Amino acid sequence: MSDIKKFLYVNRRAPYGTIYALESLEVVLIGAAFDQDVSLAFLDDGVFQLTKGQNTDGIGVKNFSPTFRALGDYEVTKFYVERESLAERGLTEADLQEITYEDEDDDWAEKPSIRVVGRDEMAAIMADQDVVLSF
Amino acid sequence: MKIGVVISEGPYTHQAADTAYHFVKSALAKGHEVPRVFFYHDGVNVSTRLSIPPQDERHIQKNWSALAAEHGVDLVVCIAAAQRRGLLDENEATRQGKDANNIAEGFRISGLGQLIEMGIQTDRLVMFGD
Repeated sequence: MSDIKKFLYVNRRAPYGTIYALESLEVVLIGAAFDQDVSLAFLDDGVFQLTKGQNTDGIGVKNFSPTFRALGDYEVTKFYVERESLAERGLTEADLQEITYEDEDDDWAEKPSIRVVGRDEMAAIMADQDVVLSF
Repeated sequence: MKIGVVISEGPYTHQAADTAYHFVKSALAKGHEVPRVFFYHDGVNVSTRLSIPPQDERHIQKNWSALAAEHGVDLVVCIAAAQRRGLLDENEATRQGKDANNIAEGFRISGLGQLIEMGIQTDRLVMFGD
């Protein structure tokens, strides 16, 4: 087995109401220092984590959604969002915040980190991983 | 096979810490290695030595401490998750100016890097949660 493993962080829960989403993001941030091949998956209510215009003033909880936009600087550039999960919740890709990274292999061109994929493709992505952490 | 284990739900409320315990015991009995168990989210609550379940119930923390003593399993409690939930070892209690600590024998507090490292160094990572 090579030194670099494929890590997938699976996010299935809404951003607020429970702590899973926030503590998942904390693992991603720490894990970024380990130079592994990192992907994030968003499905079920987890797709709400990436919606734009989040405002948590009314619930007294920190809005951590801007942190997702910083992950590109840590070479976390693969955000797989499940198409069916979006559709089941009346969401489209236009409801998600814009998250980009600079591609060092392509003259630092700015590219989107979010890739909307179907359920079948999501299953294939999961099957391809070495380590899957589910939150 | 080298197996890493993550427990992400609290004791008694949820079965995760019990199922993981039975899994680790069985894996060790079959000759597998379980170098580390990582406690995250409410799973960190397993590590308090102040838990007093009724006498006719299993004692989840003591089960884990005994397993660590017998097999040398490294029981790591996430520091960020632990501090939110009021779980401190002696060093952290001193550093944070708190008047008490509550981490049981066999557990140690450390960072999330220990979770990633476990994922890199083991053949399988098994997560017990909701």
